[in-house]
Amino acid sequence: MFEFSASALPAVYLFVMAASHSIKRRETVAFYLCISPWIIGFLLFVLGPMLASLWMSFHRWDLLRDPRFIGLANYQRLFREDPLFWQSLRVTLTYTLLYVPTELIGGLVLALLMNQRVRGISIFRTIFYLPSVLAGVAFVVVWMWLLHPEAGLVNAFLGLFGIPGPRWLTDPHTALYALWLMSIWGLGRTAIIYLAGLKDIPLALYEAAAIDGAGQGRSFLSITLPMLTPTIFFNLVLSIISTFQTFTSAFVATNGGPLDSTLFYVLYIYRNAFQTFQMGYASALAWVLFVIILLLTLLVVRSARSWVYYGGGSE
Amino acid sequence: MTRATQLPDEPNWKRRARLQHWLATAILVIVAAIFLLPLIWMLSSSLKPEYQVFEMPPRLIPHPVRWQNYREALTYVPFGRYSFNTAFITLMVIVGHVLSCTLVAYGFARLRAPGRDTLFILVLATLMLPYPVTMAPLYVLFNRLGWVNTFLPLIVPAYFGSAFYIFLLRQFFLRIPNELEDAARIDGANLAQILYRIILPLSMPAIATVAIFTFQFTWNDFLTPLIYLHDQRLYTVALGLNFFRSSFQVNWAYLMAASLVTMLPVLVVFFLAQRLFIQGISVSGIKG
Repeated sequence: MFEFSASALPAVYLFVMAASHSIKRRETVAFYLCISPWIIGFLLFVLGPMLASLWMSFHRWDLLRDPRFIGLANYQRLFREDPLFWQSLRVTLTYTLLYVPTELIGGLVLALLMNQRVRGISIFRTIFYLPSVLAGVAFVVVWMWLLHPEAGLVNAFLGLFGIPGPRWLTDPHTALYALWLMSIWGLGRTAIIYLAGLKDIPLALYEAAAIDGAGQGRSFLSITLPMLTPTIFFNLVLSIISTFQTFTSAFVATNGGPLDSTLFYVLYIYRNAFQTFQMGYASALAWVLFVIILLLTLLVVRSARSWVYYGGGSE
Repeated sequence: MTRATQLPDEPNWKRRARLQHWLATAILVIVAAIFLLPLIWMLSSSLKPEYQVFEMPPRLIPHPVRWQNYREALTYVPFGRYSFNTAFITLMVIVGHVLSCTLVAYGFARLRAPGRDTLFILVLATLMLPYPVTMAPLYVLFNRLGWVNTFLPLIVPAYFGSAFYIFLLRQFFLRIPNELEDAARIDGANLAQILYRIILPLSMPAIATVAIFTFQFTWNDFLTPLIYLHDQRLYTVALGLNFFRSSFQVNWAYLMAASLVTMLPVLVVFFLAQRLFIQGISVSGIKG
């Protein structure tokens, strides 16, 4: 008996190893089979186009004739000779500076409201979140009507206080602010993300602070804000990326105007690629956008170390 | 001693709590009114006779109520056709996202293989990649395939996964206990059976969230249809509404009616499934 099992041991060991090896290999094969749609999609619709776009940015190409290699001429034109490039960059950055703080602070205020223990709070949450699911052309058209200089509700409201309403979307000085005003209606999405963050903060922390005699303001500053920094960070990255993608509102409400005051970067790419068919130049613009977003994201991620608190959060 | 004096006496504490409760309710009601006003105003304007639309001071309840605005606005431009196109595209994209993202997310959540974590970081990285960066070369690709002026450029990419939904489903799958699958595997179930019999039934809330988000984004999407659909018969509602806005002498009552009809499907789905919407957003945010 003993002899048998002793001599069998190496064989059993080998068998188990072989089996586990083949199980492992089978699992690897299964994994790559499962994710193969994403790999193919990544190569076809992400990596391929990105490389193609880099290649295109060194060419002049109108899709009709063959692409012609022109070296760095597209980039040269962009930085040195194209005022519209700088204008679109200025518009987009100004909007980012307006929109990102609004989204971060306004979203948090809205989330704090949504977090009140009040009867019917779920109805209020629904109402605040609702407009953000409607984002799109209809959303913009409704705001074009609300901001109508003569018959719009916003100017009618301002009129109650004797304030002469601006011409909003048709005045180059106010058009960008009008688009910013529109975006506030969609704050519910950010607020819901904040709300999830708020719900994640352990109640025990507030109880402990209350026992130590901290008031509401104090516990907001010393507990809520620090515990919320990961969520703030997430929303910050998300909102920076989304401002750089603003398109629909600028295309529908103002078409970049008046006087290019709402010429958003993506709108400018769109015009070059699909209205004047300068594929090479549009690709150069796209790569510059990519690098800007990459740098901004890296900057935010790098800064996160000094202000994002990852200590006691769940997971 | 000082501690004892700081202890809140019952009635005072209660009064303050009640005051705060009323204050919070009041602020909530005011903010909610501001958030609802654009929708109410849209509805109101859409039912007004044209001469009343520009009336100042604005009248909230139209009199007479003009229901014909809807019929007239929707026949000016073939919104029935546009709705059908949009519904078709949206449905195909939902099917694509659910099929591909479930499979890919399962792989990332459950199967161990060399390179898995690196690839997952790559998935997350594509979340950060704005669509405009690949917009031009993708057009060149689909143009070469002869897909411009078809629904294919809008539908086909959905069958190859989408980073956000892969991420969302993976988070959900990670919470399903392993034991169920282990038991099934011991009983000889293969991967397809495990996915179909165990993972899918347990993940219905997450899959519904993917479907609903996809519905919302595809229904509202403007840029992609704008790039690929030039033939008016292929227009989606978003393109149709923009066309309606730009090509007629603007009748705001008609335009509000058309906008409301465009929003209606999303509104309905939102009210039917608001819990899923809110959960989905939260899941994506928690891991920030």
